[in-house]
Amino acid sequence: MAEPAPAIELERTDAPAAAVLPLHPGLAVARGYARARMEGVSDDPRTTRAAESQAWLRSLRATGPERERAVRDLHALLLGAARFEVGRRRAALSHVRGEELDDIALQAADDATVAVLGKLSEFRGASRFTTWAYKFALLEAGVRLRRRAFQEREVVLDGEGWKRFAARRGSPAAAAEQSELLTALRDAIDEALTAHQRRVFVALALNETPVDVLSEQMATTRGALYKTLHDARRKLRDRLVAEGHLAAVPAGNRKEGIR
Amino acid sequence: MNERPADGTVTAVSRLLGPDGYEVSCEECFARIDEYVELELEGADADERIPGFRNHLEGCPACHEDYESLRALVADGHS
Repeated sequence: MAEPAPAIELERTDAPAAAVLPLHPGLAVARGYARARMEGVSDDPRTTRAAESQAWLRSLRATGPERERAVRDLHALLLGAARFEVGRRRAALSHVRGEELDDIALQAADDATVAVLGKLSEFRGASRFTTWAYKFALLEAGVRLRRRAFQEREVVLDGEGWKRFAARRGSPAAAAEQSELLTALRDAIDEALTAHQRRVFVALALNETPVDVLSEQMATTRGALYKTLHDARRKLRDRLVAEGHLAAVPAGNRKEGIR
Repeated sequence: MNERPADGTVTAVSRLLGPDGYEVSCEECFARIDEYVELELEGADADERIPGFRNHLEGCPACHEDYESLRALVADGHS
């Protein structure tokens, strides 16, 4: 059961990402936060890690000023992670103004903070609390940035991606083999897949449309689309193996598919 | 690769078809990505502990990017 979203105004910073620490300022928050609560605790890394995580949970579940401070610390941590993600993708987003990227990072941190606070009961201690929390900020930022990077482009649902196979060269025998394989794959796409599987496979695998872009367009989730892609891939592989175009994988390595 | 040795076309087709064998879902990937990253950074056998995770990363570019970002962020914090 998700815990209620926090009724608290998140503190905002007007400092642009580049003006803050070059890496992720939230880390400094995490270290300071943990240090302030770690006096007298063992030097054993595992004990320290568990104690740090418990300190976060205790403060985030507290009331009054302690919780307010913990939420602000969490937001700072996640803003640092979101800015880290923006920094990693900045080269691919050179056409986007810095102010917009700062805003994307802030939106991602806001939403990630709400998500983390709503899912505290799901934290099992399999990692540090901070690592667990980071993933929410990276996901929120990554989805926004993928969609922003694709914003001016059109989602192509036909076989545009086949062009990448056209320029390959080789001996006449190799060329004949390539042609045979590609023909078999095209036939399998046309004949073995449902219309929905075909649309998803062509968009994601062949045309390399980001799954978060397609999920927004089709009003579905990344997981649902990937499951469709996985099922389509399995059908195509099975058919190409059955026809002798690809070698079969040993049965012991197949196991069951995606759940 | 398990396909016949040949040319870039077979490799490209194999990439289109994704990893063969069991893989976790996007939801399970997100649920355990923090654990997987920390196991890797600690030098543990993350693939032994979380079967199907690596296969999923090979098949799902978005989850792979999320994994690379989290690993870089946490590794940076460990330095």
